[in-house]
Amino acid sequence: MKGTAAGRPRRGKNLPLLLMLLPIYLTTLLLVAGPLVYMLLLSFLTRAEGWGVHYVFTLDNYLKILQPVYLNTFVQSLKLALLCTTLIALIGYPFGYFMAKLPPKWRGLFSFLLILPFWTSSLMRLYGWMIIFRANGILDKLLMAASLTAEPLRLLYTYPAVAVGMVYVLTPFMIYSVYSSAEKLDWGLVEAARDLGATPLQAFFTISFKLTLPGLLSGVVLTFIPSMGLFFIADILGGNKVVLVGSVIQEQLLKTRNWPFAAALSVVLMLLTTLLIYLYRRITKVRDLEGLI
Amino acid sequence: MKNRTPLPNLYLALITLITYLPIFLVIVYSFNAGRLSSVWEGFSLHWYRDLLRDRSMLEALRNSVILATASSLCAGAVGTLGAVAMTRLHLRANGLVEYLSTLPIMIPEIVLGMVFLSFFSLIGLPFGMTALIAAHTSFCIPYVFMMVKARLAGMDKSYVEAARDLGAGELRAFYDITLPLMRPAILSGMLLSFAMSLDDVVISMFLSNVNTNTLPLKIYTQLRTGVTPKTNALCALMFGVTLLFGLFSFLIGRSKKYDL
Repeated sequence: MKGTAAGRPRRGKNLPLLLMLLPIYLTTLLLVAGPLVYMLLLSFLTRAEGWGVHYVFTLDNYLKILQPVYLNTFVQSLKLALLCTTLIALIGYPFGYFMAKLPPKWRGLFSFLLILPFWTSSLMRLYGWMIIFRANGILDKLLMAASLTAEPLRLLYTYPAVAVGMVYVLTPFMIYSVYSSAEKLDWGLVEAARDLGATPLQAFFTISFKLTLPGLLSGVVLTFIPSMGLFFIADILGGNKVVLVGSVIQEQLLKTRNWPFAAALSVVLMLLTTLLIYLYRRITKVRDLEGLI
Repeated sequence: MKNRTPLPNLYLALITLITYLPIFLVIVYSFNAGRLSSVWEGFSLHWYRDLLRDRSMLEALRNSVILATASSLCAGAVGTLGAVAMTRLHLRANGLVEYLSTLPIMIPEIVLGMVFLSFFSLIGLPFGMTALIAAHTSFCIPYVFMMVKARLAGMDKSYVEAARDLGAGELRAFYDITLPLMRPAILSGMLLSFAMSLDDVVISMFLSNVNTNTLPLKIYTQLRTGVTPKTNALCALMFGVTLLFGLFSFLIGRSKKYDL
């Protein structure tokens, strides 16, 4: 059936389709590719006094990242990202997995309950944690009432508060990734393994875990790098005590106005993201990230 | 296969409760008569009254709504056209464009903010509403594009073929068959775009000027400099709107089962 809508259109009919493609080609060029290429270029340029750049090639911006103060930020940021991603995986994986095992009606309810906060302003949710963590706030009062602590913990503006905020904001990404993997899982395979004498744990690790690995890894990609960039969480829940790579980029952009250095930092973050996506594809042989939408 | 012990269900319930706890607290304290969100001093609506009288707040609301509407409409148009055309016309560059156009939801927001800030200054696009709409459209396109594309990929081709066999022209078949089948995907993609744009603080922070303060930017400033229950009231109202949007999108999503 040549010439059907789904088949190969004839030559003259390509024009409308080309016109339909034009907007996405243009926006991709102007709003994604162009800006990213410029960022790469900018990271090799020299900073001008005060404002703007000189078109003089330099590697200084990358060398600057190796200075102890910035390198330390990178390492601290990576450590926090690692801690948060681990916690997110530990909390989110079972959630996504159990959710996929629910009867369809309940599955729908939980995915609705999960997506709702995800759509709400993340600032509002962080504000909720401010209320909880505040000195003499709800958490302190509860803990003291249960005589678990003698005096207020004053958790707001500390490292643990930032970690909790990150885990809280990013866990839904993990849940969705794992869930969309687990939802496709053929439970018959697990039952077959059980019938053949595998213990529940054996069946889980030989079948379920392997088949939901793409979801877990996709969740890692979606949470690890973002947690290095979410400067506003560090800002709101950590005061100025926790500095992330994202915080440095923001400061360089808006305060110090050293754009080439901010570009170099962004390039490194982008490279890390790309590396993770590449590894994800190599390991799972899946092209698209699981549960991205 | 059913969960055999109640433990998994308890776990699901517990995590869901923790997820809602902060939101619940913010809403509860928006009705607090006192100024502090650690002491309950009785029920009052006066923070809502204050909020609705605050001119700068209403201005921010207006900006946010304009921004979210414009970017979700632009993303809806560009994303849908692109997804439809790409499944029918296979150009060599399609794969690359598809990869690049979905990048904005994968790369960290701060990088996106940096990239737009520097690029827009390079091409001389002044900060403000136009720059904001351009940037938000860019990160909204993937939502529409990916949803519509997935929908098209899962669509039964025989409907279109049947229509064509019965004598419908290509355009007619598109309007009568393909478009109605795509509609839920387009709508939920655009709703998601709207929500994402309405929530964005990082990218807006870099691209707005004094006249284009948005609601998230206002909340952010207040969280850093000092909150009053007025902030709670604002958050509570925004949550209400989200709830409506969420329900709406949920119902649209359900209509997926309705496949001709």
